[in-house]
Amino acid sequence: MILIVVEHANGKVSKSTWEMVTAARELGREAPITALVLGSAIASIAAEIATAVDQVLVADLPALAQYDPELWSAAVAQIATEGEASLLLIGGSRSGREYSPRVAIKLDAPLLEDVISLKANGDTLTAQHYTYLARVTETIEATGPIVVATIKPGIFNPATPRAESPAEQFDVDLNLPAPRVQVTGKTAERSSRVSLAEAEIVVSGGRGVGSAEGFTQYVEALADQLGAAVGATRAIVDAGWRPYSEQVGQTGKTVQPKLYIAIGISGAVQHLSGMNKSKIIVAINRDAEAPIFKIADYGIVGDVPQLVPAILAELKK
Amino acid sequence: MRILTFIRQVLDAEESVHVSNNAVALENSKLVMDTMDEYGVEEALRLRESGVEAEIIAVAVGSARVQEALRTALAMGVDRAIHVETDVRLDAIALSKVLAQIAQQEEATLILSGGQQADWDSHALGAATAERLHWPQVTWTSALELKGTTLTGKHDVDDGSESFTLELPAVITTQQGLNEPRYPTLPNIMKSKKKELRKESLEQFNVTPKLKFVSAEIQVKDRVNKILDGKDVPAAASQLVNLLRNEARVIA
Ligand SMILES: Cc1cc2nc3c(=O)[nH]c(=O)nc-3n(C[C@H](O)[C@H](O)[C@H](O)COP(=O)(O)OP(=O)(O)OC[C@H]3O[C@@H](n4cnc5c(N)ncnc54)[C@H](O)[C@@H]3O)c2cc1C
Ligand SMILES: Nc1ncnc2c1ncn2[C@@H]1O[C@H](COP(=O)(O)O)[C@@H](O)[C@H]1O
Repeated sequence: MILIVVEHANGKVSKSTWEMVTAARELGREAPITALVLGSAIASIAAEIATAVDQVLVADLPALAQYDPELWSAAVAQIATEGEASLLLIGGSRSGREYSPRVAIKLDAPLLEDVISLKANGDTLTAQHYTYLARVTETIEATGPIVVATIKPGIFNPATPRAESPAEQFDVDLNLPAPRVQVTGKTAERSSRVSLAEAEIVVSGGRGVGSAEGFTQYVEALADQLGAAVGATRAIVDAGWRPYSEQVGQTGKTVQPKLYIAIGISGAVQHLSGMNKSKIIVAINRDAEAPIFKIADYGIVGDVPQLVPAILAELKK
Repeated sequence: MRILTFIRQVLDAEESVHVSNNAVALENSKLVMDTMDEYGVEEALRLRESGVEAEIIAVAVGSARVQEALRTALAMGVDRAIHVETDVRLDAIALSKVLAQIAQQEEATLILSGGQQADWDSHALGAATAERLHWPQVTWTSALELKGTTLTGKHDVDDGSESFTLELPAVITTQQGLNEPRYPTLPNIMKSKKKELRKESLEQFNVTPKLKFVSAEIQVKDRVNKILDGKDVPAAASQLVNLLRNEARVIA
């Protein structure tokens, strides 16, 4: 079987899971597609994913209320072994990328990380992924009775439910270790806007917006006008103008919206690595030599405080 | 206690990437210690400076050139270095087997490793090494403290950040914000020349790559690249909005 570990949040199956279903279907293997749902009070999640796969395995346990890499890897490796899975798909989220290496080692399996394309040829899997801060596309191969892969979010099209009746659900028993890392506090990201990961349009600001107030005045105003998410460079996150949760780049988030508007951003490679796959890139920067213009589809060389209000006025026309 | 910091040597961020013969070519490029690993070295030094009695060992696996990065670590202040010299490209799962064995030989109880490698963009090494050693791990750490054998700190998770506490031994992966790595000073560079840099061969670790590397290419999307002059502000604004609406069709 092909085993997909379901990512879910706030009582819903995450977009990344539907993308993994597509990755599994496109392989065209005979093996049934099985979804594994881990968590506590997750009946609705199991029912939701049952519309898209062949089989659902459910571990609904209080012990799984809180994600932990050792619990998750133990659970997933156990189910993969018992179900004789030939391929294990895990979301390329922070948590997925954190526990998947443990699973690979437990199963003595190769690990394909952050996969953007996946093809099967017998028991060899050929995958592509980005390297060198997303500047290079590399093709890699893994062979074995079982292969573990994390699927980069936002690349595969989300799958749609099938016409057939929902898949059967089975409860599974797990041998779980005791968690060793104690969580003593949590700061959740909160935003009234669409999330960066799922937004179709992202408006980002850099040092060129001048100040935290400038960010609100130009970047947030434009984002609200366009129904967009907001992003930031590390420079202004470090300066405390914006929260880290908005940072785009190597050490922030990766986005690939249909429109990315970079305001007062120079375009350092570490920033580009988080946004250079965007469909259309727009840059506003007063320095015509700024590297961001090299990868821009459209842009204006000029001053942010003058240009952005004029663009807003034009959009409201 | 002994602290291991894993070091990778990667392309300097300012350098362009070149591909030839289906692989990234680094022969003529400037290479530096991965910034993510600098955070690890710096954090180990700070733990010691905060009063923890520790020997700090930098470990790298890779070609002869990788010893330059180990020399940098020695100059920053680590006590000694181990270089497993090989030209074989090992994926993170394979590499963790070497590092876990070294951790055991050295009886280390804390390992610091970069959160994401700037060459393979991999996040897997820290977690994979922790699994091999049966240790707990914390990834994407942005603050760290050690009191006795208890680590506390803060790290990033899917939907925000968490404070944590755990007992040694442990693997910690680093993240921007953890610290500001120091520059080696001239006296420290001089001193570091006398420090031990031990060479090991890969054979003894009994490791083979788990992945086959087939090819690498630089795929740049063709960009329209229409850059307008913003001197006439209203005209430029109107032209841009028009292009986005009617040519790119990305806004209503
Ligand atoms: C390990 C590592 C990880 C990193 N990770 C990230 C990351 O995840 N994300 C990230 O963004 N960076 C990251 N960086 C930092 C990165 O290298 C850059 O320093 C950063 O992206 C620069 O941010 P910026 O473009 O806002 O600032 P700057 O580079 O200072 O650029 C500001 C731009 O604004 C323009 N400008 C100024 N005033 C105006 C005006 N009035 N009108 C129009 N334009 C104006 C200037 O011409 C300039 O081009 C990382 C660095 C390291 C070493
Ligand atoms: N047309 C393009 N589309 C997207 N990114 C690009 C494009 N051209 C260059 N880049 C990015 O620009 C940065 C610097 O490129 P280089 O100097 O060629 O290594 C890298 O992050 C590339 O991915």
